[in-house]
Amino acid sequence: MRDARSELTRPIGVRLWLSGGWLMLLACAAIFAPWIAPQDPLAQDLFLGRMPPFWENGSEAGFWLGTDSLGRDVLSRILYGARLAMIVALVAGTLTCLIGASLGLIAGFYRGWPDRIISRFVDIWMAFPPVLFAILLIAVLGTGLTSIIIAIVIIDWTRFARVIRAEALSQSAMDYVASAQVAGRARFGTMLTEILPNVLPTIVALLTLEMGIAVIVEAILSFVNLSISTDSPTWGGMIAEGRISVHQAWWVLVFPLITLFLTVLSFSQLGEGLKDRFDPVLR
Amino acid sequence: MALLRAILVRLLTTAITLFGVAVIVFVVIRVVPGNPIAMMLPPGATEADIARLQMQYGFDKSIFEQFTIWLSGVVQGDFGTSISLRQPVSLLVLNRLPATLELSIVALLIAVLIGGTMALVGTRFRDTGAEGAIDMGAGMALSIPDFLWGLVLILLFGVLWPVFHISGRISPSLDIDFTTNFYLFEALFRLRFDVLADLIGHMFMPAVALAIPLAAIIAQLLKQSLKETMHLDYVTLARTKGYAERTVITREALPNAILPTLTLVGVQFTFLIGGTVIIERLFSYEGLGNMAIDAVINRDLPLIQGIVILFALIFTLVNLVVDMMYVVLNPRLRHA
Repeated sequence: MRDARSELTRPIGVRLWLSGGWLMLLACAAIFAPWIAPQDPLAQDLFLGRMPPFWENGSEAGFWLGTDSLGRDVLSRILYGARLAMIVALVAGTLTCLIGASLGLIAGFYRGWPDRIISRFVDIWMAFPPVLFAILLIAVLGTGLTSIIIAIVIIDWTRFARVIRAEALSQSAMDYVASAQVAGRARFGTMLTEILPNVLPTIVALLTLEMGIAVIVEAILSFVNLSISTDSPTWGGMIAEGRISVHQAWWVLVFPLITLFLTVLSFSQLGEGLKDRFDPVLR
Repeated sequence: MALLRAILVRLLTTAITLFGVAVIVFVVIRVVPGNPIAMMLPPGATEADIARLQMQYGFDKSIFEQFTIWLSGVVQGDFGTSISLRQPVSLLVLNRLPATLELSIVALLIAVLIGGTMALVGTRFRDTGAEGAIDMGAGMALSIPDFLWGLVLILLFGVLWPVFHISGRISPSLDIDFTTNFYLFEALFRLRFDVLADLIGHMFMPAVALAIPLAAIIAQLLKQSLKETMHLDYVTLARTKGYAERTVITREALPNAILPTLTLVGVQFTFLIGGTVIIERLFSYEGLGNMAIDAVINRDLPLIQGIVILFALIFTLVNLVVDMMYVVLNPRLRHA
């Protein structure tokens, strides 16, 4: 049994490094996009439409991963698209985490009527198809970066609330919480100093997973053309265009898809890896 | 008696949840900027025209009044009239529902088949490289959402090796005079194998895309339960009686290990149904989800309301059925 455990932890180390490495690379691409992108991501040139990537016949120098039907450089658009993806991942992920985890903590620790109200809302939220809810919210809020972030927070706070509530409930039943109370600590103080540190590893792991989900939600919204303004480069928008012209120009779909695939995989592997790292039972 | 009471409480909470969904959708939708009525009319329509249509659709009343009117209609099965399609919402939604139900059920079957096989094989060859490979495959499948699997499938089976249709539900050239919209079931029933083949050719990729994450969950959880059961005394007894390992797993361990998986599959099935919205869009499959996205883009308030409520109803019904199945199948709860 012991041996099996140590077997399991080794690949986790490699996974953490690989996924962390990819995300670092992406963060650099997002920050330095204006300096490293070989072309202007918005520049159209109909004479350069649907040029294949550099190793294929008929490719055009300087357009490494080919061009889309309007002659825009695929590589440059992926690099600029990383900006939006990273902002959404960081901001929407963090806000969702703050709101959802706070509500979950309150519900699980105080129980009683706060728990009843929060849990009822979670039940109602679970009855919505999330993608439809997101699209509906964007229709209401209007397109744009702020709308996307608000929509993700509104849809996904329950993901944190559910898990953290359950964790806080089981932590509250522990002896150390009772002794903190006996020692005369205020309820709110106990929640912050005793419960929160113990659920923090779960929160961090969930946050990492949520960042991946936020990237996907943004991609889905830009896929149905409801993200930010239509001409700014987004991975989802590129995928939507690539889906239409997949028989004429596969590269328009394949490269943003690979980027999105690796990004989502990295976030989730990082989250899983952190969860295993932090889990006192597994450790 | 206790069972009856539990069921009643459950039905009541279901009703409250549905009511909550209705209220939230209603309020959220009415904050929509952009006048849906103005979009229906040709340019040059007068203020009077707009006012007349607003009255016709009830948009001139307060949100509370609109809600009571809408709710009293819903109770009688009247969900209003679609603004963009100018037909009763109930009719439109019921016409599309079979397509989405068929897709979801086929996806569920595929998930159970793949996930179950992976769990059984993983248990049979536990603590070997085969189990490791299954764990890795399931972990990967779980990390990637259905939307991305759909795109990967399009590349594999639509472009690289084009064997399946990448869009639509059925080829328009096909001459069918079916009485229901449950094409798949009706084709089976009428033994129209040409139609059946065409339907499967269209449904294969969206169904598999929806099934992959669920299959991974089933594989992981069922394998874990099976492996725990394999240590129990009665399983050891069966083994000492000389049963083959395969028989021990399927006949002795499986019936006892399946309950936790069943509950989880219920919850996950609602996620799968939720996933049809974007998957139908991706594959231009003419179901409820695809219509929902069009309704949002066209700001068709009555239609959006109808579809969201229907989805919520399906979700809560699935959860209800799973809970009941859990009670019926679990002897400890049945006799409590």
